[in-house]
Amino acid sequence: MKLMKKNNIAAFMFFVIPALVTLLTFFFLPVFAAFLLSFTDFDIYSLGDLSNLRFTGFANYLDLFEDPLFWKSLTNTFYFVFAGAPLSILVSLSAALLVNSKLIKWKSTFRVVYFLPVITTLVAVAIVWRYIYHPRFGLFNYFLSFLGLEGMDWLGNPVLAMPSIIILAIWKNFGYNMIIFIAGLQNIPSELYEAADIEGANWWQKFRDVTLPLLAPTTIFITIITMIGYFQLFAEPYIMTQGGPLNSTLSVVLYMYNEGFKWWNIGYATAIAFSLFIIIMTGTLIQLAIQRKLDR
Amino acid sequence: MKIFFSLVILLLFTGCNQNKEDKTVINFWAIGAEGEKVKLLIPEFEKLNPGIKVRVQQIPWTAAHEKLLTAYVGETLPDVFQIGNTWIPEFASLKTIEPLNNFIDNSNVIDSTNYFAGIWETNIIDSVVYGIPWYVDTRVLFYRKDILENAGYKEPPKTWEELYDLSKKIKALNPTNYSIFLPVNEWLPFILFGMQNGSSLLKNDNTYGNFSGKEFVEAIEYLNNFYREKLAPSDMQQVQNIYQAFEEGYFSMLITGPWNVTEMTNRLSSKMTGKWATAPLPSPNDSYPGFSLAGGASLVVNINSDKKESAWKLIEFLNQKETQITFYRLVSSLPSLKDTWEYEELKSNPHMKAFYAQLLNTKPTPKIPEWEQIVFAKIQNYAEVIASGKSGVKEASINLDSDVNKILEKRRWMLSR
Repeated sequence: MKLMKKNNIAAFMFFVIPALVTLLTFFFLPVFAAFLLSFTDFDIYSLGDLSNLRFTGFANYLDLFEDPLFWKSLTNTFYFVFAGAPLSILVSLSAALLVNSKLIKWKSTFRVVYFLPVITTLVAVAIVWRYIYHPRFGLFNYFLSFLGLEGMDWLGNPVLAMPSIIILAIWKNFGYNMIIFIAGLQNIPSELYEAADIEGANWWQKFRDVTLPLLAPTTIFITIITMIGYFQLFAEPYIMTQGGPLNSTLSVVLYMYNEGFKWWNIGYATAIAFSLFIIIMTGTLIQLAIQRKLDR
Repeated sequence: MKIFFSLVILLLFTGCNQNKEDKTVINFWAIGAEGEKVKLLIPEFEKLNPGIKVRVQQIPWTAAHEKLLTAYVGETLPDVFQIGNTWIPEFASLKTIEPLNNFIDNSNVIDSTNYFAGIWETNIIDSVVYGIPWYVDTRVLFYRKDILENAGYKEPPKTWEELYDLSKKIKALNPTNYSIFLPVNEWLPFILFGMQNGSSLLKNDNTYGNFSGKEFVEAIEYLNNFYREKLAPSDMQQVQNIYQAFEEGYFSMLITGPWNVTEMTNRLSSKMTGKWATAPLPSPNDSYPGFSLAGGASLVVNINSDKKESAWKLIEFLNQKETQITFYRLVSSLPSLKDTWEYEELKSNPHMKAFYAQLLNTKPTPKIPEWEQIVFAKIQNYAEVIASGKSGVKEASINLDSDVNKILEKRRWMLSR
């Protein structure tokens, strides 16, 4: 603390202020403005003439409770998060274990291959996958035909559409979590495994009693990041299904987008945004609480 | 390095501007295939008007509405642009498009009587004209001639009664097939039949829904018979590809727009040639043909443009008979000028006859900014609920009205001020 002399503070401010100003103008200010807007009925009329703006209090939030489409989008999003996120983490962990294994050759090649989908633009990926899922010319149905199975309309069937999007999302994202898991795995001291070997532990016991507990902080981090990311599902249904069929892939963010930029109900759309924010925050807090309990 | 490049780019831009200073440059945004092909018409216009240079920017349909609104917010709208004619109420209420009445009065090119009345009507709000129809669009009946003949109909159905009777006869020919395709995930059939039956759709100066009114309920009940008696598929999953289904005779009739004339010609196999045709829509009473939607796109002028005169010249140019027929040859969008339809390629095309007859009988949907939201967010949902039998017609129409009334609350408040 002795270092914090007056001129140091000046220097400190000099470096921090540009970042702070940028954050303030491009993040906190818009968020605050959006928060205010969520208590108004800002719409296409207000856009033309601000005197058409009314302060409506909590009306937007109360309307949300009665909006079947909002509940539908919420259910879909939860389906996506609770089915997609654990599966995605499982796939990432398995991939990390495989790629980190001493028995595997060409490790870095595999890492690159698994990481490629992550760095590919989501829009491009979604368009390509739309072809893969195509009912007549798609790759999946082509494979199914080898097995003598009837092709399915992956994205056109309300029951199949969400699982199809989950498969795509997992394939697209697991590489990122895999890299973090690999870092976590490499942080585990090899002495522990050696000790376990001496004790005669088999592969499963080593995994259960050494790897998993020591990976817990990494796993919690990944769970939170994945959950936050998955709650914001948007581009996949926007490009592949536009929320259909029969609203079966309508996510909260997509619904917000439709309300805000299609129908221009900005007030209502911001209320949706803040509801989602509250949900994600609750989810994160719960996970952090679980972590604290585990740490004790 | 970055600064250097920015300077170079800056210099390039200023360089461009200097070259064109002696000419008036107008920016023109056009949408979709029309936006692509209209560029080919511009050299002719520039030759006729040496003082004007037109910069065309093409925007895709899927992004057009958002892009135009964003441009409005950012005050970067072009001088003249194309919009779907159902967007006119929205842009007019934003006070962003120029009233054209004075321009039309002084023009010796544009005359409202040269256009299809229903389509022209979509451009008028409270007797102010905001846009000039550029190309038009409506829905007609596409049908399988061979199957209709088998069912005993040499002519396409002219009344609702005939349509229903014919549908039952087609169903009797092969009970696994359907007679007509009335998609339940689209608002079109419900609005179309409601409008035909004389429903105003909205009431009290478009401030309340009128969907529980007698005319609309009657129309829905009529439609509902088709779903209940399996004359029309009520599960969307059953129809993957409408062209294939149409060819297989899975359904024998569908209501759709002019783009499908081209699509059908390209996608149906050659043995289908001559086996399908188009006809104007049947009517609930004796006044054949029944009404259809007044669709299409219009050209509008930015109210804040300082080159309105030049922009208007471009609109006049695009609304001449010769330009329109050239344009039809390029993109096959239906021309908005009635006279253009006397050219051989439109007159001799058997599929186009129905469109001409139908275009003389169109009605605009309610002209309020909320309309798009009402049909896409509400009608579409209720259509599915009704067709699947999850809710009775009466009950659904009352719920629909209350949903619509909620959307229109703001409009009522605005009008009361």
